[in-house]
Amino acid sequence: MRLTQGTFSFLPDLTDEQITAQIEYCLKQGWAVSIEYTDDPHPRNTYWEMFGIPMFDLRDAAGILKEINACRATFPRHYIKVNAFDATRGVESLRLSFIVQRPENEPGFGLVREEGPGRQVRYTVRSYATERPEGERY
Amino acid sequence: MHAINESTPSSGEPPTFDLEAAFKGSRVGEVLEELDRELVGLAPVKARVRDICALLLIDTLRKQAGLSTDTPSLHMSFTGNPGTGKTTVALRMAEILHRLGYVRKGHLVAVTRDDLVGQYIGHTAPKTREVLKRAMGGVLFIDEAYYLYRPENERDYGQEAIEILLQEMENSRQDLVVVLAGYKDRMERFFQSNPGMSSRIAHHIDFPDYTDEELFEIAELMLKQMQYRLSDEAAAALREYIALRRSQPHFANARSVRNALDRARLRQASRLFERGATLTRDDLLTIDAADIRASRVFQNRESVS
Amino acid sequence: MKQTGTRAPLSTEERYKAGVLKYADMGYWDGDYEPKDTDILALFRITPQENVDPIEAAAAVAGESSTATWTVVWTDRLTACERYRAKAYRVEPVPGSPGQYFAYIAYDLDLFEPGSIANLTASIIGNVFGFKPLKALRLEDMRFPVAYVKTFQGPPTGIVVERERLDKFGRPLLGATVKPKLGLSGRNYGRVVYEALRGGLDFTKDDENINSQPFMHWRDRFLYCMEAVNRAQAATGEIKGHYLNVTAATMEEMYERAEFAKELGSVIVMIDLVIGYTAIQSMSKWARKNDMLLHLHRAGHGTYTRQKTHGISFRVIAKWMRLAGVDHLHAGTVVGKLEGDPNTVQGYYNVLREPHNAVDLPRGIFFEQDWGGLRNVMPVASGGIHAGQMHQLLTYLGEDCVLQFGGGTIGHPDGIAAGATANRVALEAMVLARNEGRDIWNEGPDILAKAARTCPPLQAALDTWRDVTFDYASTDTPDFVPTPTEAA
Repeated sequence: MRLTQGTFSFLPDLTDEQITAQIEYCLKQGWAVSIEYTDDPHPRNTYWEMFGIPMFDLRDAAGILKEINACRATFPRHYIKVNAFDATRGVESLRLSFIVQRPENEPGFGLVREEGPGRQVRYTVRSYATERPEGERY
Repeated sequence: MHAINESTPSSGEPPTFDLEAAFKGSRVGEVLEELDRELVGLAPVKARVRDICALLLIDTLRKQAGLSTDTPSLHMSFTGNPGTGKTTVALRMAEILHRLGYVRKGHLVAVTRDDLVGQYIGHTAPKTREVLKRAMGGVLFIDEAYYLYRPENERDYGQEAIEILLQEMENSRQDLVVVLAGYKDRMERFFQSNPGMSSRIAHHIDFPDYTDEELFEIAELMLKQMQYRLSDEAAAALREYIALRRSQPHFANARSVRNALDRARLRQASRLFERGATLTRDDLLTIDAADIRASRVFQNRESVS
Repeated sequence: MKQTGTRAPLSTEERYKAGVLKYADMGYWDGDYEPKDTDILALFRITPQENVDPIEAAAAVAGESSTATWTVVWTDRLTACERYRAKAYRVEPVPGSPGQYFAYIAYDLDLFEPGSIANLTASIIGNVFGFKPLKALRLEDMRFPVAYVKTFQGPPTGIVVERERLDKFGRPLLGATVKPKLGLSGRNYGRVVYEALRGGLDFTKDDENINSQPFMHWRDRFLYCMEAVNRAQAATGEIKGHYLNVTAATMEEMYERAEFAKELGSVIVMIDLVIGYTAIQSMSKWARKNDMLLHLHRAGHGTYTRQKTHGISFRVIAKWMRLAGVDHLHAGTVVGKLEGDPNTVQGYYNVLREPHNAVDLPRGIFFEQDWGGLRNVMPVASGGIHAGQMHQLLTYLGEDCVLQFGGGTIGHPDGIAAGATANRVALEAMVLARNEGRDIWNEGPDILAKAARTCPPLQAALDTWRDVTFDYASTDTPDFVPTPTEAA
């Protein structure tokens, strides 16, 4: 399975050159870029781990790419994504968020059903990987 | 520079490379002119800047000709006393490197030891990396760089910053140009004790002190920008002032001149305020001899003599 | 061109003498009136009958939409009637449309009940549209003072929070309406939902007239759709949604359906414009209380928004719906099968999305509008659009919108999931290219062709719908066309 969270997950994995171009776009808009990683990519897992705080006041993508590579070196089998924050009034949220690394093998999620009365079903999406402890999942 | 504009005669029809067009296309000329306009004197510095421009431009053409060109090391050292224009030249240099395509953004990040070195274990590396990230795509200007190295304290964290800098100066040549700046003698000692740093500096530019006449010209330029002018007597007083100031402690060339003018403006203002009458445009515009001669620089002379 | 000036005021005795007076003489026209910051302003396009003075016609509209009746009444004098009279303060001919006039009318804030679209519309469009001295009347735009805006809840969720909940940023969202509109059983209907979501869409949608019919009762639909949504979430690791249409005959019935949607874990429910303003406001309150996105289908609006001389401009409906509080509103596609001039549609989008609208005559925005921190509405583009138009859609509509490809997903030759994938790949490739600084308007077809090289479903979509365009003249076009020579 292929996890399709993030802005560009339906395209072939982005090259460093393509990642740089997207980051340059973010910097040009005045957004702060940050890096997050996780080995629990459940669709409701809002809080991936932060690889440092958002990088404010940068002019060039090269420094951010170095951080991405540092994150990749530290967590070679985790999901890593790049986020861009816009502090403008009325937004004050993410404006772009895309995956820059994913594990080689993505086992995906199972759907657990609990039957209730009146044909109702309670659904739980469960990641196959998170059955193992953190850090040993991929 | 124009002399280079000849194609080498050889057999066949060798391709030619239009230096004039490359120079014009890069719009570096404008920056050089601006440098000329904005900075009085400094002939040797301006000549070195032009040399560097020429080298980089030729490198670009060599690349077009398919000749070998590694990304050249562009890190520089600017040595000279305070107020000799090092920061201004660094700003222009960043612009030149940007126009020639050697840095992507052309901004200048100016820092000192405090911005790079932390006070606790584990504090320095993130600080230095943060500064490097901000400088990516531009020029990192480290003023009084020798303060990074404090051999008297073997646990000083400056060494850690130096090591990270060295690594990035080597690995991130296409992302970043580092300019180390400071007094000439101290910088020389710094390079002696840090040969790794010395070997990565491609260009040394020495900034001489300004002559009295140059400092006076600088003063006039500054006043013109602030829309003031000197009365004849004030001009004479300022020339005297410059000569005296040079021999006193903490002399900082153009910066001392700027400070002197700022204080003269203050005195002019309180002089006009006390007079209280209707003021003419001329009054508002003119700095008098008294505004300059009230300086401590003159009093010290009297107390000394 | 502007007509101003005050008529000589009548003496009190003349003004309140029993009988019939001109509206302008009754105080509904004041060419010197300076609108207050707290006034509600309305702009009408009036087409008076022959021999009716445009100023008198404007005054009549002001009168009939506020305090007046056809004759003088002495009971006016028991009230602060000067204040309560709406005032037409400006009348000007519509450029290029002889016989039509723009009439600007100001209403005092005290004329309106706080937070009630029903009350607002009962005044502004209540009686006046059938008024005999006018051949036609159209409400073109309105300005609401912040004090009034603040009496409304506004969208229950808003674009920013919707994106945060769905964890989807930086691109338009993708949807599709299940087709055929009518006749599928619940089980077959859910199949379409599952295939489309698994293939890459973010949302699927009930159509406006899918409620609870003999071929599929609402409960059945809800159960099968949520099975499909949850299956698709597990298959992709992404949040998905299906707009469950809860439109029904009574509020009680709508609440029951909405509660069931909530129990099943749906992130979004849907209503139709035809349920009425009060029902919409009630559902908005319910949605805010229950953390639910509220999708509004503008069913029926074409009956009064489309003709340029009579009715209500959709930009006014859009403003009312932002006040009433919905999260999604269909607002046109520009390039698809339904009505929509590019500038006019962009005007609707700006009304729904921006924190503040400046006057923008080419886009039909006549008034400055400060939305006072009210959340914004995600515009939905739906009807006759396909992957091959992605560069045009992104250029015209921007990234804060939902693109609904119904036929363009379900009609794909290789199946529904393939159709969904084609749309998603086309969209992501276009956003990627735009961010890289490419000129997507001109290079769009190349960008799509290149993306199709690694995505056969996109290639098939491009081949199938290559030449489909809907090139008809719009009926609702701006009256002010930007002419570059004028500025020079």
